[in-house]
Amino acid sequence: MARKLLLENAHIEGIHTYDVYRKNGGYRSVEKTLKTMSPEDVVEEVKKSGLRGRGGAGFPTGMKWSFIAKPDGVPRHLLCNADESEPGTFKDRYLMEKIPHLLIEGMIVSSFALGANHSYIYIRGEYMYVLHILEKAIAEAYANGWLGKNIMGSGFDLDLSVSPGAGAYICGEETALIESLEGKRGNPRMKPPFPAVKGLWQRPTVVNNVETIAAVVPIVNEGGDAYAQIGIGRSTGTKLISAGGNINKPGVYEIEMNISVEEFIYSDTYCGGIKNGKKLKACVPGGSSVPILPHYLVCKTAAGQDRLMTYESLADGGFAAGSMLGSGGFIVYDEDQCIVRNTWNFTRFYHHESCGQCSPCREGTGWMEKVLHRLEYGHGKMEDIDLLWDIQRKIEGNTICPLGDAAAWPVAAAIRHFREEFEWHVKEPKACMERNYGLVAEKIFEPATA
Amino acid sequence: METPENQIAFKEETLKEVGRITAQFPEGMQKSALLRVLHLAQAEFGWLSVPVMDYVARLLHVNPVEVYEVATFYSMYDTQPVGKVKLEVCRTGPCMIEGAEHIVKYIEDKLGIKDGETTADGIFTLKTVECLGACGYAPMLQAGEKFHEHLTEAKVDELIEKYKANPVANYMGM
Repeated sequence: MARKLLLENAHIEGIHTYDVYRKNGGYRSVEKTLKTMSPEDVVEEVKKSGLRGRGGAGFPTGMKWSFIAKPDGVPRHLLCNADESEPGTFKDRYLMEKIPHLLIEGMIVSSFALGANHSYIYIRGEYMYVLHILEKAIAEAYANGWLGKNIMGSGFDLDLSVSPGAGAYICGEETALIESLEGKRGNPRMKPPFPAVKGLWQRPTVVNNVETIAAVVPIVNEGGDAYAQIGIGRSTGTKLISAGGNINKPGVYEIEMNISVEEFIYSDTYCGGIKNGKKLKACVPGGSSVPILPHYLVCKTAAGQDRLMTYESLADGGFAAGSMLGSGGFIVYDEDQCIVRNTWNFTRFYHHESCGQCSPCREGTGWMEKVLHRLEYGHGKMEDIDLLWDIQRKIEGNTICPLGDAAAWPVAAAIRHFREEFEWHVKEPKACMERNYGLVAEKIFEPATA
Repeated sequence: METPENQIAFKEETLKEVGRITAQFPEGMQKSALLRVLHLAQAEFGWLSVPVMDYVARLLHVNPVEVYEVATFYSMYDTQPVGKVKLEVCRTGPCMIEGAEHIVKYIEDKLGIKDGETTADGIFTLKTVECLGACGYAPMLQAGEKFHEHLTEAKVDELIEKYKANPVANYMGM
């Protein structure tokens, strides 16, 4: 049985309450930190653990922490990114709902490491019921002396508050999150300055994902080295995967980052195989913005090796033949699903969520949505496929924040791997309204690079 | 119906809540409370009319335009009147492949309204929304704060009956 570091106790009755959480070893990492460690020690353990940001980018957390500026007399802030909005991803909601004190515990230890005395959890507005769960748990933590002034007589003060968004995917981008937490529209900021220097209220700020902060708890308890023993290479520790789509057992799974994609999809411990005995057509392994993989590249890499549930293995082959672990939003498609429709749907999402600051993203996502709509509804032309390719290329890399890239990649990958299905929509406009294309030929479209 | 401007004021307990929220931010940074206070305003007044937004602006000592630009940016805020219960059906990828389009069509036919419209009795507004983070439990809709997952036609029937009998969707704990 795989080791679980975050969700081990998630099934225990009443674990969302302080008493049960504490009885099951909760807040040990705070005791250890405040009694025996300096902030630098905590940062060092996190560096040793190899922990990488669990929100999607996979940036080493310890390194991110070490960038925080420490000008005299200027308060610093830790913000928890609980804006989980990447289609396919629902792990943070699960963690906060089931075991809210784990996040609070992680916030205390991480805030201590960063020298932050007032930290915030920014949670998407649609998770309002989870906000109430968190606030209840935070009140319990205050009542038991884990938050507030002079925690455990250590001299360390920490206030923790939760603040909601109000429906905007873009606020998962850290500078947009900061703008939103300042009570503004969620327009991402130009970098530099980076949040580590000028973030919330122009103060040094670190923004970390829910799962990242929760992972600090086992890292402190067991030590960074022990954490780094789990997993393969630079993919250390466990990862929460949100599994959805056409599988038998959708849900949130904590995996050690060493299992194969095949095991994850087909084993009864995890997804339990494709629903209704259908065949696998494609998989988006890391949330809607990562490249879609055709069935023959899901379980094996282009080089024929087993593909693993790690940052490196899922990216093996680059964008030509690989994808990304991203946020761990794992979406499985069976043979009946239409790739053109799915791409249109995702593109509509990005168009809807573009903040509108940068023209390539604001205009380009709308153009792509329109072109995909006409392809899907039988009014497309052959040139439309190249037009789409052209638009996505001109969005990628030309925007302030990664939303532009996130909108471009799914379109590029869909055309790259499923061009024949797009062509079929043009050639057979009537048939494409009634049935789906089925499994595609095992070919990779090689786009012109000019 | 827009509430006449001079009658717009939060209930006393809501004002207390506003005080608790603004106290979470350092002196001079009270604008940070804006998103949450707008949620409270929407819960109490039904939707964010200009007079309501102006009231929130006065409350937080910001310019009205700072409230308007936020209210129009975020998709959860209604700057037009809506029904007492908003049925917000997720339409994004994972929900779509599990039948969200069918659920939307079913609700449209059942209530006789299209996406974005409100029933004549003022009870229901149907709205399609983007990913709500329930991809593994699709299809789903949100009503007030509550997530209704693994939707079927029968579950939708049940929900609609429930809200017809008691058109209150808990939002902001209110």
